[in-house]
Amino acid sequence: MRRTAAIVGVGYSGFRSISPDLSYKEMMYEAAAKAYEDAGVDPQRDIESFVSVAEDFNEGTSIFDEYVPDQIGGALKPVHTIPGDGIHGLIAAYMQLLTGAMDIVMVEAHSKASNALTLSDVMAYAMEPIYNRPLGANPHFIAGMEMNRYLHSTGTTEEQCAQVVVKNRGNGFLNPSAAHGARVDLEMVLSSETVFYPLKKLEISSHADGAVVMVLASGEVAEELTSLPIWIRGVGWCNETPSLETRDWEGATYARKSAEMAYGMAGIRHPWQEIDFAEIDDTYAYKELQHMEALNLCRKGEAGHLVQEGATELDGAFPVNPSGGTLGVGHLLDASGLGRALEVVLQLRGEAGERQLGEVETGLAFGWRGVPTTSGAAVVLSV
Amino acid sequence: MSAKIESFPGTPLSQADLDAGKVLTTYWKPKLEYGWDAGVAISRYLEELKNGRIIGIKCSRCRRVVVPPRVVCEWCWEPMNDWVYLQDTGTVNTYSICYIRWDASRAKEPQFPAVIWIDGASNAGFLHLLDEVDPDDVKIGMKVQAVWKPAEERAGSITDIEYFKPL
Ligand SMILES: [Zn+2]
Repeated sequence: MRRTAAIVGVGYSGFRSISPDLSYKEMMYEAAAKAYEDAGVDPQRDIESFVSVAEDFNEGTSIFDEYVPDQIGGALKPVHTIPGDGIHGLIAAYMQLLTGAMDIVMVEAHSKASNALTLSDVMAYAMEPIYNRPLGANPHFIAGMEMNRYLHSTGTTEEQCAQVVVKNRGNGFLNPSAAHGARVDLEMVLSSETVFYPLKKLEISSHADGAVVMVLASGEVAEELTSLPIWIRGVGWCNETPSLETRDWEGATYARKSAEMAYGMAGIRHPWQEIDFAEIDDTYAYKELQHMEALNLCRKGEAGHLVQEGATELDGAFPVNPSGGTLGVGHLLDASGLGRALEVVLQLRGEAGERQLGEVETGLAFGWRGVPTTSGAAVVLSV
Repeated sequence: MSAKIESFPGTPLSQADLDAGKVLTTYWKPKLEYGWDAGVAISRYLEELKNGRIIGIKCSRCRRVVVPPRVVCEWCWEPMNDWVYLQDTGTVNTYSICYIRWDASRAKEPQFPAVIWIDGASNAGFLHLLDEVDPDDVKIGMKVQAVWKPAEERAGSITDIEYFKPL
């Protein structure tokens, strides 16, 4: 029988458009100190392994893992860094617990997006260098192309996509740690500049700085540490082929496969019935709808209607991105997915303040690595 | 064994072939700029360098005094905010002598990067450069002192100390 594991502590610093008062190390320290306090653990005495998530180009430092241990209490301990989404890091930590070799493991991810002064260039360097990059187009066009195909194949409307922005930035308004919460109306979104047809300016999330840390523990240890462990019921992750020339432009296959794996592990057959809410990547507004369908939270072409009818609002039948999502909280680079998982934990613990959902027992978090990738990771969490 | 083989199978590739564009290569020059926020601990450290002073920080649990300062002791996970001014003298822990520069050009004068344990700090101090010393005379354990830039040229940077010289 598979070992069980739970999230027993969370901490975060941020999220803010800029953070000139703190170094990235101090931001990581703040998040880690809060998470350890929350879990009631001492990193040096109790935590057996440390997983961090970082991308050298985002940090401006090669072999970034070298600069990780001190501020998370991991000096002289097993530490490693992976490039990926924060949920990939969460899964890496979880797998260490599943081996039986570890009982308490932590995961950290952060964003100092404000310090990467040529972030749009860094994004462009994710493009295939020989036959894609020389064309010189801003890589957001990939989202424009995908949105175009998604609308074409599902009948989803531009208004429905814009409604995601209204909802998520509105939810962010109720979240004190969201950097980009705002009351915007449909007209403001629809009349904002079309920057990568059919994608509009307000449909693209803005970056934020911040750090997220979680402490994970194996089943029995988790129950000793807290009266409210948040159980990891299923994880899944998937990369499609990177090729822009041949990929699936309609259905976010990476999300579908990630979810199938996670649901299979969690024993979930009817996700829209067995899951109460979701925090899923909305780096671009249409992505929330496309991801909802790929994650089997509704049928193909249905997500747009659900958002329009208010079904994914805080008081709707299936709330999506109660935190405000990436549009409301801010895009946290490699920490974005962990930010989604953080909200699932807070909601399940009943600690989400003004945006708290009633009676939630199971939530889904899904992260995507952004353009041009087809890289996603999902986790199903339950009280 | 290969010395006995006079001709290898396959088509050899020469520099001339590369120069003539017979091998296709795509070039890209990255544009990368970063502005790192120094944060609480390092901002104070840099500010004090600008003042011509070295400041460290003391851990209340293990009593180590470390420089550069940090907000948490990495050995005992104790928050630190007990600031301590330190001497600008210290001892060479280890060093190397570089005859090749950062850009791989040959150095006319060798560089002496060294780890200097500052007096009053607990086996901590600077990674900095030594100067006013001959390669034959550099020794592990030698006493050194900071040579500061003139006050009006100091900018709140590690290079506000130009180098360390033998005492
Ligand atoms: Zn200490």
